[in-house]
Amino acid sequence: MSCEDVRNRLGSYVDSELSPVELAEVESHLRGCSGCASDALSLLKMKHMTRAATVRYSPTPEFRLRMEQNIRSKKTARWSGWIPRLVTVAVTAVLLLALVTIWANRLDRERAFTELADLHVATLASANPVDVVSTDRHTVKPWFAGRIPFSFNLPELQNSEFTLAGGRVSYLHHNPGAHLLFNLRKHELSVFIFQEQSGELSLFAKDMTSSKLAVQMETWSEGGLRYFIIGDAPASDVHKLSELMRRAARS
Amino acid sequence: MADTRTDSGSFEELAMPMLAQMYNFAHWLTQDHSEAEDLVQETCMKALKGFKSFRQGSNFRAWMYRILRNTFLTSRTGLQATTLSLDDDGSGVAEPVASGTPESIAMAGVDYQRIQSALEGLSVQFREVILLCDLEEMSYQEIAETLAVPVGTVMSRLSRARKAMREALRHDRVRSASR
Repeated sequence: MSCEDVRNRLGSYVDSELSPVELAEVESHLRGCSGCASDALSLLKMKHMTRAATVRYSPTPEFRLRMEQNIRSKKTARWSGWIPRLVTVAVTAVLLLALVTIWANRLDRERAFTELADLHVATLASANPVDVVSTDRHTVKPWFAGRIPFSFNLPELQNSEFTLAGGRVSYLHHNPGAHLLFNLRKHELSVFIFQEQSGELSLFAKDMTSSKLAVQMETWSEGGLRYFIIGDAPASDVHKLSELMRRAARS
Repeated sequence: MADTRTDSGSFEELAMPMLAQMYNFAHWLTQDHSEAEDLVQETCMKALKGFKSFRQGSNFRAWMYRILRNTFLTSRTGLQATTLSLDDDGSGVAEPVASGTPESIAMAGVDYQRIQSALEGLSVQFREVILLCDLEEMSYQEIAETLAVPVGTVMSRLSRARKAMREALRHDRVRSASR
């Protein structure tokens, strides 16, 4: 190794960055070359003196404490920053779920109403709309005994505008129920009665009225039974019939 | 040399033992006590924020020093201090030590205060590479990671920094002798 090669490597030599092979070659050269050895020595001395002479500035204990607190508070802030975010995400998820459920229930309710309206219209279009033809509630009510798994009361209609036309058994989502037909002037109204515990009807958590395509609907729950009135009569008349049915149910 | 490679550990556990080292380096860069505190504080906050991006198993010390140095270089003091342009070609060829200089004799007569002054008088780029190598005892590889330059550039910059240091000490000695 020439003097130039060695001098190019003296920095790495004093910094212990030479490979074992290079180190052996440099040390071998230094043993025989006083000029390079002198340069190596002065470089090494300067390195050591720089290290020894250079002041080491120390942070104050107050600064150290402040830094510890800063790092800890930032870590806490980062974690605590997550908590509101998690809560927001959770609340949003719950709200979304609730909205989806409400929307799905609403769709199911709409389907049930549509089905009942279809039953009403199909019954009116039938040549034999009712299976038991009678204006007498004492004939109609017993007719259902054994045909449906529940019993119900019919109102006294003597002093009302409504007339009972008869009844038949209808099915909503495979559940049997009573389908009663009433006349009011030239209007025909269907009253459907089903057991409340049938799954689909649990969607009707409250009494509701609805009006679609000139068809009025009202539903309510009484004594474990779900009642529906559907017809083309004005809403006030539909409500009058519902009041009569409610009173009869409570009697 | 302290082992700064780690596979685990929270930021606080890794950073707090390095606080004194970082403060010393920051003080040497800024040459001001309160600026050094601000620099260390900003470095720690930046590092904490980016701790997730720190690859476990890589050199935490070099990572912290790199953040500290970059923060300093983009600060007002750092921008003022780096007006000196460097001609780093990155060739990796260290500058040969000037032959025949009576440094071994000169060094014997140099007191600590003069070394301190010579180091303070160096440009930031020269000062930092000497501090990282001689004070922090970083390997060339670690210095390269800290400065984000190739190892060859570290070697050539270190060589020139030492030459500049020698020149500063020689001038100082000549000035003292002529008084």
